[in-house]
Amino acid sequence: MKVRAQFALIFNLDKCIGCHTCSVTCKNTWTSRKGVEYVWFNNVETKPGIGYPQNWEDQAQWSGGWIRKKNGKLSLRQGGRVAELIQIFANPALPEIQDYYEPFTFNYAHLVNAPESEAAPTARPVSQVSGRTMDKVTWGPNWEDEQGGPFEQRSRDSNFREIDTRIYKGFRETFHFYLPRICNHCLNPACVAACPSGAIYKREEEGLVLVDQDRCRGWRFCISACPYKKVYFNWESGKSEKCIGCYPRVESGMPTICSETCVGKIRYNGIILYDADRISEAAGMEDEKDIYEKHLSLFLDPNDPEVIEQARKDGIPNDWIDAAQRSPIYKIAVDWRLALPLHPEFRTLPMIWYVPPMSPIQSEIDQGSLPTQADGVLPDLSALRIPVRYLANLLTAGDERPVRLALRRLLALRSYQRMKAVEGKIDLKVLEEVGLSESQAAEMYRYLAIAKYEDRFVIPTSHVENSLKSAHAHQGKDGFSFDNPKTGVSKPSLFPKRRTETAVENETAVARPAGLSSPLGTTFWKKPL
Amino acid sequence: MNSTWNLIFFGVYPYLAGTVFLVGSILRYEFDQAGWSTYSTQLLASRRYMMWASNLWHIGILLVFLGHFAGMLTPVFEWMHVPVVMHQWIAFTAGTTFGVIAMIGGLMLLLRRYVNPAVRAAGRFSDLFILVWLLVTLGLGLGTQAITLPDLLHGNVANMDIFRAYLEGLATFRPHPELLMKIPIVFKVHMLFGMTVFLLFPFTRLVHIWTVPLNYLVRRYEVVRARRTA
Repeated sequence: MKVRAQFALIFNLDKCIGCHTCSVTCKNTWTSRKGVEYVWFNNVETKPGIGYPQNWEDQAQWSGGWIRKKNGKLSLRQGGRVAELIQIFANPALPEIQDYYEPFTFNYAHLVNAPESEAAPTARPVSQVSGRTMDKVTWGPNWEDEQGGPFEQRSRDSNFREIDTRIYKGFRETFHFYLPRICNHCLNPACVAACPSGAIYKREEEGLVLVDQDRCRGWRFCISACPYKKVYFNWESGKSEKCIGCYPRVESGMPTICSETCVGKIRYNGIILYDADRISEAAGMEDEKDIYEKHLSLFLDPNDPEVIEQARKDGIPNDWIDAAQRSPIYKIAVDWRLALPLHPEFRTLPMIWYVPPMSPIQSEIDQGSLPTQADGVLPDLSALRIPVRYLANLLTAGDERPVRLALRRLLALRSYQRMKAVEGKIDLKVLEEVGLSESQAAEMYRYLAIAKYEDRFVIPTSHVENSLKSAHAHQGKDGFSFDNPKTGVSKPSLFPKRRTETAVENETAVARPAGLSSPLGTTFWKKPL
Repeated sequence: MNSTWNLIFFGVYPYLAGTVFLVGSILRYEFDQAGWSTYSTQLLASRRYMMWASNLWHIGILLVFLGHFAGMLTPVFEWMHVPVVMHQWIAFTAGTTFGVIAMIGGLMLLLRRYVNPAVRAAGRFSDLFILVWLLVTLGLGLGTQAITLPDLLHGNVANMDIFRAYLEGLATFRPHPELLMKIPIVFKVHMLFGMTVFLLFPFTRLVHIWTVPLNYLVRRYEVVRARRTA
């Protein structure tokens, strides 16, 4: 047993309202720079849908993640070491920017500067890569928001496998929910394994997966290897970038910016102890449906004296063990079995887990139009709008049992709380049916419904006193090029100059019309293209 | 070309270019890790087009370079007891084949830099410059074959002997630029362009060649780094 701590997140999809606040604050913090205009470390997709980049879940198309070979060993789906080096001149599995979307802004200045005409002037989209006017914006990080686009396109979603999609086309039967996605900071990351330069690494202390910007040479295999397509190529710096788990915040005990700003309070941050010796065993399970259970078994009980002793031996500080004991992650994922990993069949052992969404049902229960279980209170799972099969394809490699358990427990909690609050009765029967105790239900209610800040976020500060003597030794090696002096320098240099502004901002700015002042600053005023 | 210029171009310039190449590469490695990249633009281009263009270019140009190196700076052909005329025929055939392959790939890449507005905007001046420079060098190299072929048909391999002797002199720091006095001008221009590639090398994306990730073949898949020292 080798005990390691992992910083993990749980997203409670039942409460996600799809407001994209997480995406916007993340974007503003980390990727509002040249070269990464198209990059969203955090994006929210409406499911069912093919997402961003298009169809990312279909590994037959994108070759991401791992496969289990006949001899039981794991291999990257895009090819082993030799195959990868042979493909180094052109990576056949690399998405094109159109698969994400061509980043754009709008030519707002034209609205002000256009000559007098009969028709009202329009602000046309302008590419943030080439600076050219675009005919049409055709995709984006949330293009299918609220079921946008034709159903035929959205139903290409690979989670619909073994489901007859036709019945979900009609207005009465349709369903959707939101799927916020960030880097999963996997236990068995495919991007790390695919990096020819060895520039991507998992940080031992809290398990964040980071790209060493100094060592990255832009061979771009991490991008295709990640089955979640959450490593991105910065076309300006020529290096890969990805979600850094907001480590500057997390190190000082603050939640990630996406979690901090989450309006629905759906995000939980905490650490979890796991056994690093059994990673490949879990990732290499023969039946992909067994991976979830095995992954779960890697997590160690932080109250077990044996685990605590081994954790101390492996260098985990006492306050981290304490944080692991109070971790919302352990409670929700292990104690209550409410959270499930995203696509365990990719075999990367992701560490962002999801509480499956229930469907809006209360009004239907009130109308008595929903089939219920024998107790007459809980609606039958088959009656939920979102097919359990779909959720199972998304979260448990198609095994419906864990999804059913989680949903039944969520329903039972609702029923119990409703009886208690509305009828004033304590109904333990519903809890017993799903194997919950009264105290567990009380705690679940506190964590899921009330969701106080200090319950959602239990983040121990990092121990700088244990790290290298000089923090400068880590400069430039922790994942993104934003604060790297090299990217900000534009004075003459022996070496190629690096530009820091976007293409659009390089357009010649025209003088602001007299008498008008812009709260957005002078760069807002552009020559019409 | 008088002998002074000949000395400057083929006795001094090669060492100047070589020094800039080595010292410049080391300095850049030391001071510009953040800018040391392939600067791949595959993301911005059509995948299918790049599969052809980039592979043809890289395979062609690498084999052409390897051919120059093995054929003229190493005694592999002598070890294998290949007759000189045969050696030159091999060099001619392989050089032309891979040269043409590289030329097709390179022109495809150049075309893409003009046609694709995203690649055009994202590329640096140095990217375009070095590509054009390499293509001109390659074109001159293919041009020399037009002189080599008639000679070769008559079994005359004098030029090749001269180049081998000259390069051997350069490599052993006993340069004999005077050997090149009677060589046709196309060869000389090709050589000057080729040497200049080394001069430009540290200032362009070509530095990615230094960091070919062969280590990947032997390293462990997963990398874990610790901040703590204890």
